Amino acid sequence: MSSVSVSRLSKSYNSIKALDNVSFDVSKGELFGIIGPDGAGKTTLFRLLTTLILPDCGSAVIEGLDVVNDYASVRRIIGYMPGRFSLYQDLTVEENLNFFATVFNTTVKENYHLIEDIYKHIEPFRTRRAGKLSGGMKQKLALSCALIHKPKVLFLDEPTTGVDPVSRKEFWEMLLKLKSQGITIIVSTPYMDEARLCDRIALMQNGKFLRIDSPDNITASYPYRLWAVTANNMHGLLNDLRACQYVKSSFSFGASCHVTIDESASAAMLDAYLSTRGYDDIGIKEIQPTVEDCFMLMLKEDAQ
Amino acid sequence: MKQFITFVRKEFLHIFRDSRTMLILLGMPMVQMLLFGFAITTEVRNTKVAVFDPSQSMETRAIKERFDASEYFTIAEEIRDVSRINDVFKYGEIGLVMVFSDDFESELHQGGDAAVQLITDGTEPNQASMITGYASNILAQSMQELSEGSGAPCRIIPEIRMLYNPQAESAYNFVPGVMGMILMLICAMMTSIAIVREKENGTTEILLVSPMKPIYIILSKVTPYFTLSMVNLVTILLLSVYVLGVPVAGSLSLLLLVSVIFIFLALSLGLLISNVVNTQVAAMLVSGMGLMMPVMLLSGLIFPVESMPLPLQCLSAIVPARWYVDAIRKIMIQGAEIQFVLKEIGILLFVTVALVALSLKTFKNRLN
Repeated sequence: MSSVSVSRLSKSYNSIKALDNVSFDVSKGELFGIIGPDGAGKTTLFRLLTTLILPDCGSAVIEGLDVVNDYASVRRIIGYMPGRFSLYQDLTVEENLNFFATVFNTTVKENYHLIEDIYKHIEPFRTRRAGKLSGGMKQKLALSCALIHKPKVLFLDEPTTGVDPVSRKEFWEMLLKLKSQGITIIVSTPYMDEARLCDRIALMQNGKFLRIDSPDNITASYPYRLWAVTANNMHGLLNDLRACQYVKSSFSFGASCHVTIDESASAAMLDAYLSTRGYDDIGIKEIQPTVEDCFMLMLKEDAQ
Repeated sequence: MKQFITFVRKEFLHIFRDSRTMLILLGMPMVQMLLFGFAITTEVRNTKVAVFDPSQSMETRAIKERFDASEYFTIAEEIRDVSRINDVFKYGEIGLVMVFSDDFESELHQGGDAAVQLITDGTEPNQASMITGYASNILAQSMQELSEGSGAPCRIIPEIRMLYNPQAESAYNFVPGVMGMILMLICAMMTSIAIVREKENGTTEILLVSPMKPIYIILSKVTPYFTLSMVNLVTILLLSVYVLGVPVAGSLSLLLLVSVIFIFLALSLGLLISNVVNTQVAAMLVSGMGLMMPVMLLSGLIFPVESMPLPLQCLSAIVPARWYVDAIRKIMIQGAEIQFVLKEIGILLFVTVALVALSLKTFKNRLN
């Protein structure tokens, strides 16, 4: 049985379609990721699912409850962590947690086991005001507050944006632990490396879902051979690759460029081409595509 | 219930931890009371007097000398033509015009009754009533002296006219006015800002998603401001009675009853504002410009409603604070019983019910 079921959900702001005919299902205890650039419509989707705004058309059902008609009941069973830090900055860590526990009709003691792993990171600072915490600690506190009433479904809108890599890693370890306790989690992120940790991901662009699948299936379905190209002069390499007649696509991925080439061409031909352009230390090796490669390809196809 | 108490406690923590809010909430009422209070009680000194004295008799001269000798008045001008009286005020130097009757001397000795008219500038009613008070005193002393001199009882009847403001608003006017202003400011402005702050910080999103009913959220946000308003009300009353010496002539419980109604009115107004605006700045502007200005200018706090032109009087009728100030003035200064303020109470109750209904109707269970 599905925990969250969304069918043909649409929402427009003036003439802009923030969400365009989106449908998907999330099963119980699933960690469902929504990947997409800023402005893709992720926050709108979250607000619709958490009953904060009304859809133009379509419907969404959470644990058998309709988000429009049964909004009051839905609010009792979900946890929500908005994208922006939304706790009381002038209250201490402890006061925030106690406040939200009471507002959600429970006590910190009752559900402490649920948040223990997260909260113990910030417990040494429990008398510090929330506004004075670091970015990572703020997110951990916000997650603790969203979890304290033991929700059945947890909505996390970009929980790791602006958080350092170490804290991000810790944060995702916690999500995996929560998932193992049977909580359905829907999380959005702009970071592709986090996408790999989800059971399934939805790639989102311009209010539409381009594709929904498991990360493995998505990367396995990449249709081309992919090459990582490096050279002594990375500056300009991307443009030279794009100018090459048999290079189909080329994107910069930090230390290397990910390149696909025509089937008639070979890696040796690419090597020769770059040599004539005056590059040294040329390295070309075949790699497994990542979620990001797939996403870039899909965006390109979507644009065409 | 536990939710409610925790929420109210959280709200108090917000207030106590923000020193600026504390200053506005508790400091401002006192400063305003004292400022208005001591600005009002300035003494009358060396007020310039113009005299119209057709008889030029010994008696009138004695009175004039007595005025001139006192520290309160200086005879500055003798007017020869009655029609100049109006002009004299327009230059703004003269604070009092004294008009003796044509045959002051004979009236005094034959009839025993002589009339003198005191004309003051009613545009500053407090100052004007102060001046006539001092002048009447000096006239009474002169009368006594003249009676002793002639052996026969004689009376000078001062006939007081305040130009431009014949009703002579009381010097205690400002206490009800300041009460109206402070309660309006604290309840409406601070409540709307506190609610809109949660919208701005994004905490509304989380609170709406919580199982707590929005009506309880609103109630618990309003409760601390209601409490603080009551504290302020008591502070103002204590200050006005013990520091400024303005007594509460009427029933204290009636005064409190009307004030509580007005506080509810202001709270629901603040609620309404918070429903329609989305930023703290907007809330501040709407309650500042939309509430403070009308309350200050149209409620009779600074300018008496009676001396306003008719269109402004009509406009002031839709400012709820005006009715509150009216009621408080009647109860506090004139000592009126409840039957004399029924109209005001009725209007305040009606507006409160209308505002509560309107703000509940515009309250959103969701984000915009």
